[in-house]
Amino acid sequence: MIAPFPFSAIVGQGDMKCAMILTAIEPALGGVLVFGDRGTGKSTAVRALAALLPPIRMVAGSPVNAERPEDTPDWATAPLGEIVERPTPVIDLPLGVTEDRVTGALDIERALTLGERAFQPGLLARANRGYLYIDEVNLLEDHIVDLLLDVAQSGENVVEREGLSIRHPARFVLVGSGNPEEGELRPQLLDRFGLSVEVSSPTDIEERIEVIRRRDAYERDTADFMAHWQAEDARIRAAILAARENLRSITTPAEVLRDCATLCIAIGADGLRGELTLLRAARALAAYENVVAVTREHLTQVAPLALSHRLRRDPLDEAGSAARITRAMQEVWG
Amino acid sequence: MTDSPAWARAMRALTLLAVDPEGLRGLTLRARAGPVRQAFESALTRMPGAVRRIHADLGDEQLFGGTDIYATLAAGRLIRSAGLAQAPSRLILPMAERTPPALAARLAQLLDQSAGHTLILLDEGIEAEEAAPQTLAERLALHVTLDGISHSAAPALMPAPADISVARKRLDAVSHSPEDLVALTALAASFGIDSLRAPWLALRAARALAAIDGRGGVTPDDLREAAELVYPARATQLPREPEPETPEDRPEPENPSSAEAPDMPDELLIAAVAALLPPALLDALVSRAGLRRAAGSGAGARRRAQHRGRPLPARPGRPDGRMRIDLIATLRAAAPWQPLRRSARPDAPGLIIHPSDIHLKRFENRSDRLVIFVVDASGSAALARLAEAKGAVELLLAQAYARRDRVALIAFRRQTADLILPPTRALVQAKRRLAGLPGGGGTPLAAALEATLTLARQAETHGLSPALALLTDARANIALDGRGDRAQAALDTSRLAALCRARNLPAIVIDTANRPGPDPARLAAEMGARHLALPRADARAISAAVATTLGG
Repeated sequence: MIAPFPFSAIVGQGDMKCAMILTAIEPALGGVLVFGDRGTGKSTAVRALAALLPPIRMVAGSPVNAERPEDTPDWATAPLGEIVERPTPVIDLPLGVTEDRVTGALDIERALTLGERAFQPGLLARANRGYLYIDEVNLLEDHIVDLLLDVAQSGENVVEREGLSIRHPARFVLVGSGNPEEGELRPQLLDRFGLSVEVSSPTDIEERIEVIRRRDAYERDTADFMAHWQAEDARIRAAILAARENLRSITTPAEVLRDCATLCIAIGADGLRGELTLLRAARALAAYENVVAVTREHLTQVAPLALSHRLRRDPLDEAGSAARITRAMQEVWG
Repeated sequence: MTDSPAWARAMRALTLLAVDPEGLRGLTLRARAGPVRQAFESALTRMPGAVRRIHADLGDEQLFGGTDIYATLAAGRLIRSAGLAQAPSRLILPMAERTPPALAARLAQLLDQSAGHTLILLDEGIEAEEAAPQTLAERLALHVTLDGISHSAAPALMPAPADISVARKRLDAVSHSPEDLVALTALAASFGIDSLRAPWLALRAARALAAIDGRGGVTPDDLREAAELVYPARATQLPREPEPETPEDRPEPENPSSAEAPDMPDELLIAAVAALLPPALLDALVSRAGLRRAAGSGAGARRRAQHRGRPLPARPGRPDGRMRIDLIATLRAAAPWQPLRRSARPDAPGLIIHPSDIHLKRFENRSDRLVIFVVDASGSAALARLAEAKGAVELLLAQAYARRDRVALIAFRRQTADLILPPTRALVQAKRRLAGLPGGGGTPLAAALEATLTLARQAETHGLSPALALLTDARANIALDGRGDRAQAALDTSRLAALCRARNLPAIVIDTANRPGPDPARLAAEMGARHLALPRADARAISAAVATTLGG
């Protein structure tokens, strides 16, 4: 397996890169949804993010990537080892995956060959404390979506089947990508994603040429290309780590809270999740920029990411949802 | 006719793929079965490297490896099987137009891993809409059609394997200039190809072409040939019409500022690619979105039947990672044989289960149909019509009761469309609501279509397949915002009708006007629906028509 394309070498797509960095700083944001045409670098960005993320400390051999030995569930049979540093898990959830593979199930091989009742952990266990990536998320089957919604909400995976009664922590950041031409996403699932980004191919010919040029350089001499971009990737990684530290000390002025609320009322977003996400994203951005307080500029920058998928659908408004948010911001804040 | 240019191009594509399988990723072949395709396939199998034929029902375990239950049971210890993904190989997928989205997504992942796989899609689609999944076709560099090639013009003209391996060695050393890259990117933009994979793949193809012909660098001819092989199937627009006075502007219709692209090759390039564009390009574009969606959801409905629904008796079978093993049935099948098997293998632990004991769970899941009746209760549809519509819905309800269909009723009058009856099978309640339906007022047809679309979308997420029966005279006079603006109303109505069409909602428009006019027929055409003029509709006639049109 060759090294993934470096994150910092992705040309343009500022919104998508920003959204991914924000979730890396503040996992409580609840993930990113990337919707866009084919060949716009959606999958490339997610794979690049995996390589960019700072490593986590975990107990070696723990099926749920537990941080401390006592966090490992009692059904785990493999012997636990030392605390080690591992890359943040980024788990692919393929379409057509079975419920068994997502939640985990009775270990059929051991049941049949050894006569033991053992639990075989699924993708949710492996994704704990990491990322769960669903490509073509809009084509995912309904029963898998239901299951993910439940687990993403509770942070815990409960398996009650085939005589097993198992629970384990499953806290992960959902990253979904898809092509809106092929089907829409249920509003409930949309709502679970903290940020959403619409990507499109660059229309500027120079930018397009630059994309091809970098891709060419990457494939011709991967090692040289990686060496060239690694410094930039390392700088982003350091900034993410610093921002995680800063995050607690960021102050939020009362007028910024008021701005959040007025904007969410103006666009008619359902529930309060919109405000919360908007605020969290703005704080993460402020932390990334290494300033002390959230300002309206931060809100302006993250509002399209945090709110565009929470608008009520209007079949006749041809302006994109990001444009509608911008319009609302101009109307509300002047 | 021994040398057909189309066949030569097909052979050229195969040669390219042999030279640079990692970069070009594969090939889409669009052709019906026949001697020409046979000739192409035999050339395909003569290419170096391992060949695996896969099929649309390929499971995860076969693709990515998994537990080999048969070997595990025989050996009494865990044995894993190697999936197709583990060793680089050339995967041939026949009937590619039938590929379910789940398999397409997994194969796309496999291609993205750059593990050395190439994929050959054999697309036998007849209609323009029946095509290999875009997720895959878009990742594969080469597209070949074999239409109109006669068998005699199809000799296998592949270079000798030795030549190919020489070209493979030369490939890395082939150079290209930055202008080549600019030219290919600009050309892709002028054909409306949004994906940036296309110019990248074309560049790889051009370099492979130079390698085959023994050149150290890419020439304009290589660029032209590469564009011919990669671009035509992806083009979404024709380059702007030639303007004789400023021919230089033509290659970059979107951005004239990047004039450093060499003019000459671009013009030649455009001519070459345009000649190969599929003829009914625009027709295909209009209908593509809706129909592709329809194919996807159809496949989903069938597949779902493996996981949920009404349970059917378990059946012996081979677990493939998608079907679930029915433990009870498996144990029941194994139980009677235990004493016998124990005597044969006295030291085996636990139950002795043979592969033939394994039973799989089966479910039956029928996708319920929801017939949405949208009834025009405006003043222009006379009250007599309303009574007829009510009668028809009642008759349909009786049929629906027998067929377990669901029915919903939307009525529109004055300024709004109201959901009179949410999706239901409850006959009595339906009748009661229907009897109380008032009439009179304007015709907010656009609002009715919007309400219908919302309901249809909700129904789809609940696993229902919605169908639409619209009873109207189509004299829309209320716009979507509630104003009495006839022109705006017509505009809104046709936009929403186009949305219905794009969602591929099966529909019938029943013309209930007293005197037949052109409006309902036009509305039906816009919605992609069947139009049925029933100037003197009676309930039984409407009911029979609905039953036949919507697949009764």
